[in-house]
This record gives sequence, C-alpha cells and structure tokens, in this order.
Amino acid sequence: MLERLKRRWTYLAIAAMLLFLVLIPFDWFLGQYTVLMIFIGIHTMVTVGLCLLMGYTGQVSLGQAAFYGLGAYFSAILSKTYHVNPWLAMLMAAIATGAFAYVIGYPFFRLRGNYLAMATLGLGLIVGILFSQLDRFTGGSMGIREIPPLSIGSFVFNTTLKRYFLVWVFCLVTLLLAQNIVRSRTGRALRAIRGSEAAAESVGINAAQFKVKIFVLGAVFASLAGSLYVHNFFYVNPGPFGFLFSVMVVVMAVIGGLASIWGAIFGTAVVHILSDELLIEFGEWDTIVYGLILVVVMIFVPQGLFVGLRETYEHWRLRHVERRAEP
Amino acid sequence: MSLDLFVQSIISGLSQGSIYALVGLGFTIIFTVTGIINFAQGEFVMLGGMFSWAFFTLYGVPQVPALILSVLVATAIGAVLYLLAIRSARKASVVSLIIITIGASIFIRGVVGEIWGRDFVRPPYFTGENSLHFLGASIEPQRLWIVGTTIFVALILHFFFSRTMLGKALKACSVNRIGAALVGINPRTMSLIAFALAAAMGAIGGIVTAPQGTTWADAGLMLGLKGFVAAALGGFRSQVATVIGGVTLGILEQLAIRVNWGPFGSDYADAIALVVLLLVLLVRSGKLAAEERTS
Repeated sequence: MLERLKRRWTYLAIAAMLLFLVLIPFDWFLGQYTVLMIFIGIHTMVTVGLCLLMGYTGQVSLGQAAFYGLGAYFSAILSKTYHVNPWLAMLMAAIATGAFAYVIGYPFFRLRGNYLAMATLGLGLIVGILFSQLDRFTGGSMGIREIPPLSIGSFVFNTTLKRYFLVWVFCLVTLLLAQNIVRSRTGRALRAIRGSEAAAESVGINAAQFKVKIFVLGAVFASLAGSLYVHNFFYVNPGPFGFLFSVMVVVMAVIGGLASIWGAIFGTAVVHILSDELLIEFGEWDTIVYGLILVVVMIFVPQGLFVGLRETYEHWRLRHVERRAEP
Repeated sequence: MSLDLFVQSIISGLSQGSIYALVGLGFTIIFTVTGIINFAQGEFVMLGGMFSWAFFTLYGVPQVPALILSVLVATAIGAVLYLLAIRSARKASVVSLIIITIGASIFIRGVVGEIWGRDFVRPPYFTGENSLHFLGASIEPQRLWIVGTTIFVALILHFFFSRTMLGKALKACSVNRIGAALVGINPRTMSLIAFALAAAMGAIGGIVTAPQGTTWADAGLMLGLKGFVAAALGGFRSQVATVIGGVTLGILEQLAIRVNWGPFGSDYADAIALVVLLLVLLVRSGKLAAEERTS
C-alpha cells in the first residue's frame, strides 16, 4: 500500500518537475532566469557524479573541477584549433577524460579517506596549473575564444532558449542514466560495498573495480558538462576550473545529499540561487556562507540536506499514516 | 648550475622548507592525538601573517606585542575550531570531518578576505634589511629568523613531549585513547590542546615568513598542502622525519625554480610539491592505509 502510494507520488513529482522545467524559459514565468538555469543544468551533471561517489563509495573527491575542465579544454581545443565537429569533440573529450580517470583511478583508490581526498585535491591543482601554463594549447590565462556552437544540420544552438533545452535534455538523460546504473547490478554491488567492503568481497565483488567505475562515471559526466559549457558560452579560461569550483561541487553535493540523484539538481539549484540572486548584494560573502553550510550540514545532517529533509518527511508521514490506520 | 646559485637554493630552500616543517608538525600533532587530518591547517599560517600585518600596520600595535598577540589570537581560533566544529560532530565519518575542515578553511579565508581585502601584504622585517653574504649567496636576516625559529620550536616541542606531564598525556592519547582515558587523561581536552597547539605552530610559521615573502587571504591552501607533504614524508608519526621532509621539499622546490627548464618556464614550482604529494601518497599507500585502520 505504502509502496504504491510512494510510486504514484514519485511519478507525479517527476511530471510536475518536467512541466516546471519546460515552462521556465517563458517570459511570463521565470524567463529572466534562463541563463541561470543553463548553469544549474551543466553543474548538476558535475554534482551528480560526486553524489554517487560520496554516497556509494564513502569517499570524497576534492578535484572534480579537473574533469570538468578537461572536458571543456579538450572540446575547445579540438573544435577550435583542429576544426573537429563539436559533437565529435565532445565525445572524444568524454572518452579521453574517462580514460584518464580510469588510469589514475586504480592507484588513487588504493588510498582512502584523508589520503584519497588529498590526492584528488593535488590532482585538481596540478590540472589547474596545466590549464594556465600550457599556453601553447590552452591560451594561458587569456583562454580560447570563439569556440563553435553545437548544431544539428542547419539548426544551430545559438539562442539562450535553444541552449536551455539542449543543456537540460543532456542533464536529464545523464540523471536517468545514473539512476539506471544505480539500480543495476553495478548499483547493487556498490550498495553491498557501502554496507561492508569485506562482506562484498567475500561474495566475489571486486570492490576496487566498482569504486573506480563510479569515479570514471563521475569524470565522464563532468567532462560532458565541461564540453556543454564551452559550446554554449564559446569561451574558456582557467578561472572556473580551479580549487574553489571543486569545493563548490562538494557544497552542491552536500546540500543535495549523498547517493541522491535527484538531490543533485536541488543542491546545485540552491547554491546557484544563493550565489547569483541573494549573496551578490554582499560582495564576496559566498565563500563564508559555503564554509558555514559545509560545517553545519556535516554536523547535523551528515547524509546531506536534501536526503535528511526527505527522511524527516517520510518519517513524519509514516507516523501520520499509522495513526490514521488505527481504529 | 653555478656554486653560488646552488648555495642560494639551499639557503632559500632551508627557510622555505622550515615553514612546511612547522605546518607539517601541526598536521602530525593533530593526527596522532585525534586521528583527524585538519584541512584548515594552512589557514593558520595565513592567519599568523595577516594578523601580524594588521596589528602592526593597521592598528599601530608595537611589533613584538603584535607578533605575540597574533600567535595568541590564532591559537584561540584553533581552539574555537575544535570546540565548535569538530567536537560537535561526534562520531562523524572521516569524509564528514574532511568536509567540515574544508568548510572551516574556506570560511576563515572568506572572513579574512572580507575584513582586510584580498591584496598581497607584507609586514616589516624583524631586524635589518641588509643581506649577509656567504659563498657568493646573499642571505636576508629574516631567513635566519625563520630557520632559527623553526629549530627553536622543534626543540621546545621535543622537550614538551618528552619531559612535561601534559606532553606525555598527549602522547599517551596518540598511542591509545581508551588506555589514556583509563588512567585519568581526558581525550577531549587533549584533542582541544592538540588543535590549539597546531594552530600556534602554524601562526608562528606565518609571522616569521610573512615579512620574507608576502601573504594574502588565499595563501593558506598551498601552504597547507606543502605542510601535508612534509607530514606525509614523515609518515604522520615522527616529528624529526616531518622536519626533514619539509626541508627536503623546500630545497627541492628552490633548486627546481633555478634550473633552466627550457620551453616549460619556471612557473611549475607549485606543481613540484603536488607531484611529490602524489608520489608520496601512492608509494606509501599501503602503509598509510594500515595506519589509518589502526588509528
């Protein structure tokens, strides 16, 4: 009974969210926030990778900006300098970034906890240094301009409205893909590992391999997001791919909740609305606020804000239903 | 590389590495007593430097009281960090604690940037500006202060841990928390002391180095990372090895930026520390994992 009720509510919620997303760009609704929504869509793709990593492996990466940046730069260099078709550039960037994550994933995931966090932090900083120092390829701090947009035949994604729908189709497909993976054999293996790594290994699950898989998945999502970023804004420089962005991804994931796929949208949206609409009045107060958010959420709801709220609500509803069922 | 350039690298490396050693000692103290890696450790170096600059230049406090006050305030902030953020998160997972200390570090950075701006600042030298000369290399007197202070602090620390009751109690906590509690040592008080002590070490590093280079609100990240490398080279256990690790890293960096790298340019100095970081972590991964399990 409860299960069916829950499923019906889930479908309703998804339908409402889709309707909401379709209506946003119209001027009579929330049209002035379309660009903001493009950023939310792109960054959700980065966040969901970290949500999965944190939720299913119990590890944290402080270098997600590296994969986001690699996607962006690969895409920009291939399509601008070597005139590769932007779609193909995007695909090649995702494959290259995924391969890179795979190669470093094995040695990295021999580490855990503090040391893995430090290693990913170091990796993020090294890649950031490369973006600004390899100026022959990346244009240094000047960056690369006039990156070609994506197009299908003669249909070019050149207006804000078209870009909005492009980004959100990508974002939702990414989330669905993530959800399917979580519900597949891989997802079950990951949950077993989260429960007890030793027990999982004793039934033949290669824990290290699954952790690396989820790491690579997150890297590929981030790379696609980076490619979308450059083909939508036609410009790339090292600025948005530094340490602070890696921390922002952690903030978004922490608000969204660990192991929560739909929470990733929530977390990303909260952070962007905070940054771009509320805190902008206060200058550079955002790092202070994000620092506080990280500390407070981790002390009081270590499973993440969105998941914490949902659990509280479900707990409340369960009690409510039980009370009504009593004669 | 000519001899004077080499000597210059060694001397600069010694003073640069001393700071990494001080930060690394802070990491080691907190880790051995509490099992926590404090990702905000570098911020205390920045705080020491920024406070000494602000107290002296902005608020007109005489230099020596300004330096002492800087260390005291930073130590108090270290204690507050433990009391408010770490102690409240009872039974938090390792990842939660990483995120909490990262949050604390960007919070501290943001507040300092908001109060004193994000420009480079430089407090005055402790003593004269005139460089001394040695084997064709020039040494600023401040570098002697840096190396001297590090040696002094390391000796005091050694004395503290081996000769005083409080130091031994801290050491007992790092060996076995439950055992320490059984003989009447309060592990929580010891954790508080460890955080305060580590903050003080960072701040001392900050006040002696800030006049030599510059400091600014965002300086803490790289300093923290390099201190972590020093501590990792020492395996988070030995204080002597941490100091050696820090100095080695400092010298390596200074040699590297003086070598001609041809087309690469010398802007990769920070990358050297990062590569050493990854190498240390990966080479010692088995040992570090074993240590984490036991702690």
